[in-house]
Amino acid sequence: MNGLKNINASLYRRRRFINYAVLASSILTTLFGLFWLVWLLVTLFSHGFKYLNLAVLTQPTPPPGEAGGLANAIVGSIMITCMGVAIGAPVGVLAGTFLSEYAARSRIAHVIRFVNDVLLSAPSIILGVFIYEIVVVPSGHFSGWAGSLALALIALPIIVRTTEDMLRLVPNTVREAACALGAPRWKVTVSVVYRAARAGIFTGILLAIARISGETAPLLFTALNNQFWSSSLNEPMANLPVVIFQFAMSPYEDWQHLAWAGALLITISVLVLNIIVRTFLRAGHKS
Amino acid sequence: MIRSGTKGRILDVIFSSATKICAISVFLIIVAIMVALFAGAWPALKKFGLSFIFSAEWNPVTEQFGALVAIYGTVVTSIIAMLIGVPVSFGIAIFITELCPSWLKQPIATAIELLAAIPSIIYGMWGLFVFAPFFADHIEPWISSTLGNLPIIGPLFSGPPLGIGVLTAGIILGIMVIPFMASVFRDLFEVVPPVLKESAYGIGATTWEVIKKIVLPYTKVGVVGAIMLGLGRALGETMAVTFVIGNADRLETSLLMPGNTISSSLANQFTEAVGEIYTSSLIALGLILFFLTFLVLALAKYLLIRLTLKEGVRT
Repeated sequence: MNGLKNINASLYRRRRFINYAVLASSILTTLFGLFWLVWLLVTLFSHGFKYLNLAVLTQPTPPPGEAGGLANAIVGSIMITCMGVAIGAPVGVLAGTFLSEYAARSRIAHVIRFVNDVLLSAPSIILGVFIYEIVVVPSGHFSGWAGSLALALIALPIIVRTTEDMLRLVPNTVREAACALGAPRWKVTVSVVYRAARAGIFTGILLAIARISGETAPLLFTALNNQFWSSSLNEPMANLPVVIFQFAMSPYEDWQHLAWAGALLITISVLVLNIIVRTFLRAGHKS
Repeated sequence: MIRSGTKGRILDVIFSSATKICAISVFLIIVAIMVALFAGAWPALKKFGLSFIFSAEWNPVTEQFGALVAIYGTVVTSIIAMLIGVPVSFGIAIFITELCPSWLKQPIATAIELLAAIPSIIYGMWGLFVFAPFFADHIEPWISSTLGNLPIIGPLFSGPPLGIGVLTAGIILGIMVIPFMASVFRDLFEVVPPVLKESAYGIGATTWEVIKKIVLPYTKVGVVGAIMLGLGRALGETMAVTFVIGNADRLETSLLMPGNTISSSLANQFTEAVGEIYTSSLIALGLILFFLTFLVLALAKYLLIRLTLKEGVRT
């Protein structure tokens, strides 16, 4: 009896020890992980704010050694991103509608869902290469349009996914009630289901914007860059991510400073978009 | 009445076919990507054949190209990233779900999700300007004087402290996937029904035993999937790597030396490539990368299906 008690006590001590060891290492790994991320953010904000000024927002990109800003790149980024979403969002929402409303359990829907996941996980640089081959090579020049198309390909699978998920959350009784009133199917979808899920669909589109506004790799071979003001999507276009890449890799210090300011701008806009998404989702849950 | 009925039916057909066309276009895009990549890569594949994958030569001057250096760099940086990312994000998820006081839970979880949204170019820039110099001054000399002298793995860790290199790129990638995987792990751990955990605690299990015997078995499908998704991200990541890998087209034993990955080769050389074979070889690299990530995704999906089948219907 006494022996059994001893065994139990030692087993208990061992279990407790393992438990403490695991929990302690989980705290340590959390600190380890957060340490790098905090370090990154602190550097980004301290460097970024040091070099962020009015000229950054109002002047175009300078040659090395001269004063200037990022205005053309900011405008270019906004235009390319907006066009990318304008192309990707309608297609994505309709495709998501098909998956949820018209073909939920059919074979074709399974295939498209799988393919959508493939597109979602495809490296963004590959999408850039693809657009380079089918748009840039035939047209003979880099252009803002090519950049928008590449970004649309990144936004598309995100929007398809979230739209389908959000439409599925709409209870079937709502659809049945509308059908019973004699509404045709498209009307049920557009005026009832979309309306019920609009916060969710909008969230998906915002998430896609947040994702593509920082994408660099696909723009390297599509929109390229432009030293000058350009508001035509038909020409190579300056955009923040590529300018940051070029300036950061350059040996000129004033270019590197602009790169930090640009990096801060991108990070802030992505974070703001994400926070808006969060508030939207919370509002959606409440109603 | 009848008129509006037919009109409704026509609109019905238009709307449903519009959704169908959009859905099928997703499929067509993937097909088009594969065709375009294959067509672009064809001249290189025809010229070099299978040796393209196994050759470590990458010489634009003599137009001899092989993918081995880039494939090696891609795989090794991703392995390093997973070695760092998986345990750390696992620890973070355990901390948030099991240990953290409840007032701290939401702030930490939100912070991690926001960090996952930061564009990868920011990680790359930070790696180049902040982490690489620090790594070269403080960590690398230590690594090569300790790990570098070990018998078998020694050659992997010897060499001059350059700061940029395969190891640095792997570490930056690891740091980058931490927020992403940690937030997925946390979401998974949160769905475990409290009643299961409580009954385990009720018969005297420790927190670790609850995690090992209840939480992990319940979520293993998702955990495997999340790791695969993180791996897919690491394989295809461009900007975080391009800044710090050094872009050297040589095969080096040491992880401290500069190297190259498929995506960073593309990012650095694609717009400058002259000649059909050079461009085509780069596109062939892209094709290989596409299939690598496709394989990882397919494997993840297959594992998920098999695990769900094995478990049967959960009641």
